[in-house]
Amino acid sequence: MTRRFWVFIEQNHGEMHPVAAELLGVANCLVSEVADELKASGEEAVVEGILVGHDVDNVAKEALMYGAERIYHVDDPAFEHYLNRPYTEALTHLVEKYKPEVFLIGATTLGRDLAGAVATSIKTGLTADCTKLEMGPFRKIEKKLLLATRPAFGGNVIATIVCKDHTPQMATVRPRVFETPVRNPKAKGEIIQESFEVTPEMMAAQLVEFINDQTTNLNLEYAEVIVSGGKGLGNSKGFELIKELADELGGVVGSSRAAVDGGWIDYAHQVGQTGKHVRPKLYVACGISGAIQHKVGMQDSDYILAINTDPQAPIFEVSTLGVVGDLYEVIPEMIKQLRAQKGASA
Amino acid sequence: MIHLLVSVKQVPDTTNIRIDPETGSMIRKGVPAILNPYDAHAVASAAEWKKKLGGKLTVVTMGPPAAEEALQECIEMGADRAVLVSDRAFAGSDTLATSYVLAEAIRKIDQEDHVDMVFFGKQAIDGDTAQVGPGVAIRLGLPLVTYAVEIQDINEEEGYALIIRKTESGKEIIKTKLPAALTAEKAIADIPYAALPDLITSLKYKPEVWSAQEPVAYDVAQIGLEGSPTMVAKSGSPEAHEPAETISVEENGLAGAVETALGKMLSNTSVAALLEDQQ
Ligand SMILES: Cc1cc2nc3c(=O)[nH]c(=O)nc-3n(C[C@H](O)[C@H](O)[C@H](O)COP(=O)(O)OP(=O)(O)OC[C@H]3O[C@@H](n4cnc5c(N)ncnc54)[C@H](O)[C@@H]3O)c2cc1C
Ligand SMILES: Nc1ncnc2c1ncn2[C@@H]1O[C@H](COP(=O)(O)O)[C@@H](O)[C@H]1O
Repeated sequence: MTRRFWVFIEQNHGEMHPVAAELLGVANCLVSEVADELKASGEEAVVEGILVGHDVDNVAKEALMYGAERIYHVDDPAFEHYLNRPYTEALTHLVEKYKPEVFLIGATTLGRDLAGAVATSIKTGLTADCTKLEMGPFRKIEKKLLLATRPAFGGNVIATIVCKDHTPQMATVRPRVFETPVRNPKAKGEIIQESFEVTPEMMAAQLVEFINDQTTNLNLEYAEVIVSGGKGLGNSKGFELIKELADELGGVVGSSRAAVDGGWIDYAHQVGQTGKHVRPKLYVACGISGAIQHKVGMQDSDYILAINTDPQAPIFEVSTLGVVGDLYEVIPEMIKQLRAQKGASA
Repeated sequence: MIHLLVSVKQVPDTTNIRIDPETGSMIRKGVPAILNPYDAHAVASAAEWKKKLGGKLTVVTMGPPAAEEALQECIEMGADRAVLVSDRAFAGSDTLATSYVLAEAIRKIDQEDHVDMVFFGKQAIDGDTAQVGPGVAIRLGLPLVTYAVEIQDINEEEGYALIIRKTESGKEIIKTKLPAALTAEKAIADIPYAALPDLITSLKYKPEVWSAQEPVAYDVAQIGLEGSPTMVAKSGSPEAHEPAETISVEENGLAGAVETALGKMLSNTSVAALLEDQQ
């Protein structure tokens, strides 16, 4: 028997969502974690991508480059825009046909809408917003299971969930929780066209109009430099200073939830458990205390600089470097020195 | 007559949660229970539309007897009928089992009095899973609109609704046939102050309590722990970290502290390369 590790290849308007590549990377790790079992049983394990859409062959090819061995592709004009019902029915059909062991879906707006419906329709377990995934032993069960770890109770508890008697074992993962694997343009693999009939009943809800709104599309998750402001700014005007430093460093503006709740900045900027998960090369946290829910969203950043008046602030526990001082003094001085350096090297 | 139904959950107020540092489990004692905030907005929206179109608003919850309070709050907001599905047999239900319990309860209500639209919150703040709405919708075969920020129209006569939902890249206007299901963002409606008559009604109102046998005879294999494919293998506190090196402005002076900090930061080759690319 082939052990199938599936990844839903999310695409929007013909472009692959980067979370799909991240999940293909994870799926390949999971397969390597059962290598010992495969050796013993003589079975094989494969990473396969599931692609639903219309005229998106380019996405199928892209997914192969990120580590899928095979893509099952359902193509129909009805799939041009995402809709819960037909997508759910198509995935249910494929799962019943191929019986994958593990099925991973990105915890995006689309993926969350889809995953809950698919898991229910197949009657299996689903663990949402996982921050760690591994194949490991559980009790006396013969085969390793998917151990899905996620924060619970507002991030105060970290729980590991298993789904022991049902397949596929399903999990969703937010963008950027895992690293993007290396893209291999020479990768070869199979693209298999699957047929699926969309009935009128599945099309009871339809898209009438799409209103593109770029202001909510900051791409915060994929920024290399982020400068974030929190409650310590004291007011919305403080974000002008944050923006100035972000511009100086070539980055984008992030924030804590307290700043969003205060109405100082739009939710699209929020970093953390209920905001975006980020992993920039440089993260500067200004006037942010470092509550657990903020930390889980940014602690994967390569380099973290925190500026806070309180030397005991928990943010320093995840920082690379901390400056204890008033951000209204430190940031302007920083901008000044950075500009002077640029002037000197130019 | 339109019949709207909202599925609501009572949750611990996670902003006030305390965790036992020894066991890593939640200390429930003293943690206030509230109506899940997204659900409250869903009720507010349904109440607005009920008022606008004339009709009926039913709320349903699965939970312990104390969840009655959350239902009371919904009556205050204008709900006409409240159903509490409550039985020890449901304890330990995960999202799959929960969606089964709710779907069957809603099916029952619908048989007595046809339901046109089922509302859910975007997610419950205790689990943040956002799975129950989609799960119930697929069980009932209802078209689903998640992340709804506005209901533009409910046209009972022609049997459709126009709903705006928010996605990462913008907004979508969805036209759905009725009956339909939606999950609500807070933006869908503001929470009104309770009207006096509704307040008085709510004081006198006792929700109907349904068990696992009556009026719906639930399949025991699909509820509670047995009906829940997922289980917690272990839980604990998040990892602790060592505090970072800090440089104090007070001790080093402003210019000195910033100079040292920038020096250290730029001695990291990856950060230095980033800033170089910038120029
Ligand atoms: C279920 C749940 C989900 C949540 N999700 C998120 C999330 O996704 N993201 C998130 O960020 N939060 C989230 N929170 C909220 C989180 O618990 C904190 O309340 C929030 O992160 C605090 O924001 P803050 O650090 O900006 O504010 P505070 O905690 O008030 O910290 C302000 C900091 O600024 C410092 N300061 C004050 N003045 C200055 C100055 N002049 N210069 C320098 N420093 C100064 C203070 O010392 C303090 O450390 C969530 C909470 C819950 C319960
Ligand atoms: N026990 C429950 N009783 C009634 N409704 C629920 C229950 N659990 C979840 N819901 C509904 O499903 C939504 C999403 O919950 P969740 O999937 O737990 O994040 C909530 O906002 C409620 O509308």
